[in-house]
Amino acid sequence: MSRLRIDRLAVRLGGKTRLRDLSLAVDAGELFGLIGPNGAGKSTLVKAAAQLLPYQGRIRLDGQDLAGLEAPERARRIAYLSQGDVVQWPITVEDLVALGRHPYRGSWWRGAGAPSAEDRAAVEAALQATDIAHLRQRKVTELSGGERARARLARVLAVQAPLILADEPVAALDPRHQLQVMRLLRQHCDRGGSLILVLHDLTLASRFCDRLLLLHQGERIALGAPAEVLTAESLRSVYGIRAVTGAHDGQGYVLPWACESPASGGA
Amino acid sequence: MTSMDGASPRGPLTLNLLLLGLLLALSLVSLRFGSAPLSLGEVVGGLLGTGPEEHRLIVQQIRLPRVALAWLVGLALGASGAALQGLLRNPLAEPGLLGISSSAGLGAVLVLYFGVTAISLWILPAAAMAFALVATLLLYALTRAGSNNLTLILAGVALSSLAGALTSLALNLAPDPGGVQDIVLWLLGSISDLSFEEVRLCLPFVLLGLGLLLMAAPALDVLSLGEAEAATLGVDLRRLRGLIIFGSALSVGATVAVTGTIGFVGLVVPHLLRRFVAYRPGRLLLASALGGALLVLAADIALRLLDTPRELMLGVVTALVGAPFFLGLVLRSRRDLL
Repeated sequence: MSRLRIDRLAVRLGGKTRLRDLSLAVDAGELFGLIGPNGAGKSTLVKAAAQLLPYQGRIRLDGQDLAGLEAPERARRIAYLSQGDVVQWPITVEDLVALGRHPYRGSWWRGAGAPSAEDRAAVEAALQATDIAHLRQRKVTELSGGERARARLARVLAVQAPLILADEPVAALDPRHQLQVMRLLRQHCDRGGSLILVLHDLTLASRFCDRLLLLHQGERIALGAPAEVLTAESLRSVYGIRAVTGAHDGQGYVLPWACESPASGGA
Repeated sequence: MTSMDGASPRGPLTLNLLLLGLLLALSLVSLRFGSAPLSLGEVVGGLLGTGPEEHRLIVQQIRLPRVALAWLVGLALGASGAALQGLLRNPLAEPGLLGISSSAGLGAVLVLYFGVTAISLWILPAAAMAFALVATLLLYALTRAGSNNLTLILAGVALSSLAGALTSLALNLAPDPGGVQDIVLWLLGSISDLSFEEVRLCLPFVLLGLGLLLMAAPALDVLSLGEAEAATLGVDLRRLRGLIIFGSALSVGATVAVTGTIGFVGLVVPHLLRRFVAYRPGRLLLASALGGALLVLAADIALRLLDTPRELMLGVVTALVGAPFFLGLVLRSRRDLL
């Protein structure tokens, strides 16, 4: 049984079709990448899976329809990392990460949420994994972009959900931290977790993802192993680029090299 | 030791107990002052009924309602300010600046204007709360999409101007000029010369509103992450908005109906206390409520100690202190505003 199963998903927002008739399944332990140009529907797909948008079709998690799942239960099983940087107040890194334990807190009249031993352990593990334990007392508003991205990721890891949905988690990071975060996400999957990831960096997508879904204008263009999806033809027709591709240490890389005209698909 | 220990309920608990202790001490001090100053011993005697009958009357009938109203107004404004700032994710939100207080004032003025208080005294707080609720809902609708400081303040200016204009219209058309002067003075905001009658009139709503606001505390912390991530962490956004909008409207509306509009408390207090609760918007609520009561009580003592030809109105004093404070905040966040 697949972890996440999406059947005939369609999303319309503001009178515009954002996703059309999309079906896919993500397995336990799989790192699943969503790629495509801006406006392709990657974030929309992730948001629909996180139940943040109205949609048509069915999305099931471990066989259960997500739409019918109670919010706290859903929150313990799906963790979502939004695109962009939205933390408003200068709370400490540790307090930020601890917010990931919110789905486990009891009702407000029961102890008002003193953290349990599991909560502490989860927060500690997330701080360690993202290499920000030394920043725990710093205010999130005083962190560098890369540090803040890792803190937000730690918040997501602290949920300890079997499925993580992450919208461009490495966009703000320098190369070293990009690789570090990708390895971290890979570890989550190697331990049996599943991850759906929106990515722009095609080499990272090629190296770290098990499978890729290439979206364009809300439709599926290709789905499969990175090598099958990142072909010269699909890069040209969807992105309008020519890329240098190759392999190093047995792993493929894709280096966008030049714009190809006409950038087709621009209907 | 991690901050999960350090900032665990013990942190805010100490702060809240400290604020409560100060509040009780200042309440005793407040009972001393008036046209006939009493010693602390005489105050205690009057409170317990062990002293002379005269002291009992002064303390229990005249000065205690004033202290109680200072508590209620401060609790309502402090908690609402902190809650609205958390909900709108904006440190410049405040019931007075956003036009919620002046809308409540408009509701109260209309009731007084049409003389319907003759039917039932409860119509006064009911109208004030209803108008405060409409204002809060409007405000939320206006600023929800993207509440940067500029849209928030503009929406507040628009709302308070509208409420102010309609209030002026009502006063302009009022048949009885003597009554108008009373209403204008009342609108300036004061807790003097009030009795337990007025305390009873707003107490239940302030407590109910405060309860609703405090229930929102844990979700408010999570909202620091933005609406989308908060929703995926199990926060029911509709419930959260409802708690804060109704909680603010009830508590602020009910106090405005009794005391008139008292501004800036909800802006100044959360700002001063935020650092002591590690900037967590949920933890700020109770501390800010207690701090609000403390500030109103202190201001009310100060205006009695000032040697002015006529006793200053409480709303005038808080505005004199609060407006420059607000200006300072605006200057500091100027880049953000433009």
